[in-house]
Amino acid sequence: MLNSKIPAGPLEEKWSDYKGHVRLVNPSNKRKIEIIMVGTGLAGASAAASLGELGYQVKAFCFQDSPRRAHSIAAQGGINAAKNYQNDGDSVFRLFYDTVKGGDYRSRESNVHRLAEVSANIIDQCVAQGVPFAREYGGLLSNRSFGGTQVQRTFYAAGQTGQQLLIGAYQALERQVTLGNVKMYNRHEMQELVIIDGKARGIITRNLVTGELERFFGHAVVLCTGGYGNVFYLSTNAMGCNVTAAWKAHKKGAYFANPCFTQIHPTCIPVSGDYQSKLTLMSESLRNDGRIWVPKEKNDNRKPKDIPEADRDYYLERRYPAFGNLVPRDVASRAAKERCDAGYGVGTSKQAVYLDYADAIERYGRIECSKKGIENPTAEQINAHGRDVVKEKYGNLFDMYEKITGENPYEVPMRIYPAVHYTMGGLWVDYELMTTIQGLYCLGEANFSDHGANRLGASALMQGLADGYFVIPYTIGSYLADDIRTKAIPTDHPAFAEAEKSVADRLQQLKNIKGNQPVESFHKRLGKIMWDKCGMARNEQGLQEAILEIQALKKEFWSDLKIPGDIKEMNPELDKACRVADFIELGELMCIDALNRRESCGGHFREEMQTEEGEAKRDDANFSFVSAWEYEGENKWELHKEELVFDVAKPSQRSYK
Amino acid sequence: MSITGLSLIAFLVVHVGVNACIWARDGGDMFNKASHFLGTTVVIRILEVGLFAGIILHVVQGLVLEVQNRSRRNVAYAVKLGNRGSKWYSRSMGLLGTLLLLFLIMHLSHFWVPSRFTELQTVNIDGKDIPNQYADIVNIFHNPIVDVLYILGCLSLLYHLLHGFQSAFRTLGLGNSRYMSLIKIIGFWFSIIVSLAFIMMPISVYFGWVSE
Amino acid sequence: MDHYIMNLTLKVWRQKNNQSKGNFETYEVQGISSEMSFLEMMDVLNDRLIREGKDPIAFDHDCREGICGMCSMYINGRPHGPWHANTVCQLHMRAYHEGDVIVVEPWRAKAFPVVKDLIVDRSAFDRIIQAGGYISVNTGNAVDANSIPIEKDHADASFAAAACIGCGACVAACKNSSAMLFVSAKVSHLALLPQGAPERKSRVLNMIAQMDKEGFGSCTNTQACESVCPKEISMANIARLNSEFIGAGLSADK
Repeated sequence: MLNSKIPAGPLEEKWSDYKGHVRLVNPSNKRKIEIIMVGTGLAGASAAASLGELGYQVKAFCFQDSPRRAHSIAAQGGINAAKNYQNDGDSVFRLFYDTVKGGDYRSRESNVHRLAEVSANIIDQCVAQGVPFAREYGGLLSNRSFGGTQVQRTFYAAGQTGQQLLIGAYQALERQVTLGNVKMYNRHEMQELVIIDGKARGIITRNLVTGELERFFGHAVVLCTGGYGNVFYLSTNAMGCNVTAAWKAHKKGAYFANPCFTQIHPTCIPVSGDYQSKLTLMSESLRNDGRIWVPKEKNDNRKPKDIPEADRDYYLERRYPAFGNLVPRDVASRAAKERCDAGYGVGTSKQAVYLDYADAIERYGRIECSKKGIENPTAEQINAHGRDVVKEKYGNLFDMYEKITGENPYEVPMRIYPAVHYTMGGLWVDYELMTTIQGLYCLGEANFSDHGANRLGASALMQGLADGYFVIPYTIGSYLADDIRTKAIPTDHPAFAEAEKSVADRLQQLKNIKGNQPVESFHKRLGKIMWDKCGMARNEQGLQEAILEIQALKKEFWSDLKIPGDIKEMNPELDKACRVADFIELGELMCIDALNRRESCGGHFREEMQTEEGEAKRDDANFSFVSAWEYEGENKWELHKEELVFDVAKPSQRSYK
Repeated sequence: MSITGLSLIAFLVVHVGVNACIWARDGGDMFNKASHFLGTTVVIRILEVGLFAGIILHVVQGLVLEVQNRSRRNVAYAVKLGNRGSKWYSRSMGLLGTLLLLFLIMHLSHFWVPSRFTELQTVNIDGKDIPNQYADIVNIFHNPIVDVLYILGCLSLLYHLLHGFQSAFRTLGLGNSRYMSLIKIIGFWFSIIVSLAFIMMPISVYFGWVSE
Repeated sequence: MDHYIMNLTLKVWRQKNNQSKGNFETYEVQGISSEMSFLEMMDVLNDRLIREGKDPIAFDHDCREGICGMCSMYINGRPHGPWHANTVCQLHMRAYHEGDVIVVEPWRAKAFPVVKDLIVDRSAFDRIIQAGGYISVNTGNAVDANSIPIEKDHADASFAAAACIGCGACVAACKNSSAMLFVSAKVSHLALLPQGAPERKSRVLNMIAQMDKEGFGSCTNTQACESVCPKEISMANIARLNSEFIGAGLSADK
């Protein structure tokens, strides 16, 4: 029943073969076709720009005050590409293979291979747009390594790669605005999808400044609305990140795939108190040079500096000698949790491990001293030079750490702990990135397709831009070629009126609750349920409890919520309430999905399913499929399975030892 | 602003150079010769027209800029950034400029108007009768109130230059770090030396450090 | 870092919408932890206001890690508060002590009209970028990324300028409400790269024209912008912008 439309033929020829045969829309027809783009992060901005360049009439929407603020901007470490500039054995195949393996064999081979194929073009495109990637003295691009790989294929711009890439895409988008191909709607949030004759034909938005509902038509609708990590309340996502657009589409018929696959990032600044509103990531690139450890003794309250080497447990290096501190994120996160749960955690909360740069500073210091011809350097000289190198590489991250914690990471090891970071799950899409609703596409983190059960570092930027620059411009034509005779549907069509009314009713319903608790308190409680029972480790009993707790929370939400202000005005609390209402429903589905998947894979760790060494135990015989959930009404979903076929990357026990 | 500003700075170099002649301890001969030369040379007279045009342009531009820039913020801040972000004199160029303009009017009425339109006493140097500008200066600077006003005027000039000198170069696009630090140093000492030299004039006359 | 609890007095600018006249409201906030961020302190206050049936304070914020450029508060006379090279969202309460009075205002500039309370409309920045802050290269046109080597110093300087987050603190701090630091950062970012060369002249002329049209003031080099910029964008960029502008103006055909 689920048709993923994977082209026939050998894996490495599928994409070029597809491109060679896909139906096209001629330029004069493109001018008559309107496309709605929801979200302007890397995927949305790049897609809006590229489709505008092709001549389509694009309407782009973002809830922020400018498209440049989308949360792609916060990505720090870098973007992968199979350029093999380092001559270290990289290739399209190896990037493909690393990604499938890193995703614990739960992603679609054909999509991942396409991703690896276009990765190199992304770097070319970005450089042409003026993205100032880091360079070597010879003027050529510099690379570094990231978790889960043994080659250096990550391109970066200090610790601000996402920002630079997003600004590149934003500039391309604004250029199309100037040229009249894209119309930009800032501070607009999608509230409903409009479906006419089974096809996605428009959206209803709420203007966040005036509170007015507005109707927009499009021959096709593209969602690039990012991930739903904020279902956990505390995550590294921006405060505004939400699932609402995807969830509305889901309730209108788009299947939601693998919702339980969430990525817990191992290196975040630990929680400091109940008031905490968000968590801050410390880039994975820090694991290039930093060493992670805990004391060998439980409750060792000595200062980290006073703990001698012999009393330190570099547990990643101990358990995974081949990859050491650069194991994939899911593995590193679980290992940290294991140590903390066993009582070896550090800091006041005991929910943290050390990320130590002392060795790196010394190592770089010695290299610098020898470069500068200093013979027999003193410890101070080594330290000073080493710090300078580390500062150049990671200075902005170290500064950020110091601002938040008040501790100097050049002197004291950083305390880190895993935190929710990315969601591999999302709307189910076929090879063309179309959801199960005709004419509704989903790109970037919002879809499920490329990362399986675990995403490798520096791959999110790659996927967002691949989808936006190089995939959707081809695949959307295949659908729109049939639509060239469809005239723009006026927005007074009954379907628009009906959709708008449903939104207005819901807003009114939220406003009418007039209870006692602010939205934030519900969101916090939802987050706690999710983190405790559907977080880094899950088990049957906990998930069953969580489902009941979430259902109870939902009831309470709809009976005791308090929203100040009015609907027809700027009202951030109302915006938040709309988002949290959807998060609550999503939370339930995530738990159902996690309960259903009785195996451990990638970021999904079922405590019942682990090896004797505590590693995730996959069950390929029974769970080598994508769970695509169809919404059937309140608290009811039907599971559809897309069987995963691995012709090339044969599943094996994932080992980083 | 920057081009007129820099041309006025160039004029100051000439002005301060001629003024330094009063310390020659020759009863004002060198100074009188120099000012006579300036007052009678055609090229200089043409430049004088340019100078006045430059001053007027600088004043008009400055006033327009100040008015425009003030209109760019409708509601004032309750708490101001003040000296945490910039030097007081950098923010007060309009005020300093206005003070300088008032000073300039007084200054011109003291020296320029008499030398051009009303007759000065003459003095015989090397067989020629030339206007005794020097005596005029000595006469005027014997008045302590005038001296104080001059000192205040020159202090305004000092701070106006401290910002204006380097700002002019920035506006003209000279901003890479190597030149900029050089310009900052030159600008600083130029402002100090020129203003101090001017300030020393009334003081020297008042306290009789120059020959009568 | 020693942790402590404090009580504070907040004076916050409240303004219902663009049409209405605003005024300061005073709030006493109790039990604030020194480990909170400034925005978390605002969250605590808003939670209380909602429970008391009052309208919470609207303020822009999103990433809360100092990179999206959305947060914008003028705290005790300084954009983004007292810390150097910082955004409000990264300002932590250990910057304050028991009994402190904190005055919070929105960015104030004619080109940034207040939308509500502390939220202002910065779409003028988008329109300046639309005027030319890009390189005209369609998707798919690019040559191999390493085919044009770029001198590391230029690439680094370009990156340093591109680090601008478009928050508008420069405008807020400037006595002239000038946007020169923002414009100069974008012009420098692209002018320092060979890819930006073909549109170098038209870019600077068009962006400056748009900047003037939006109602930003002129630069008088007071350096206030540089002192408050969360990303430490250098004034050298303004000089570079001026030289680009003069060069382009002199050599332009029209």
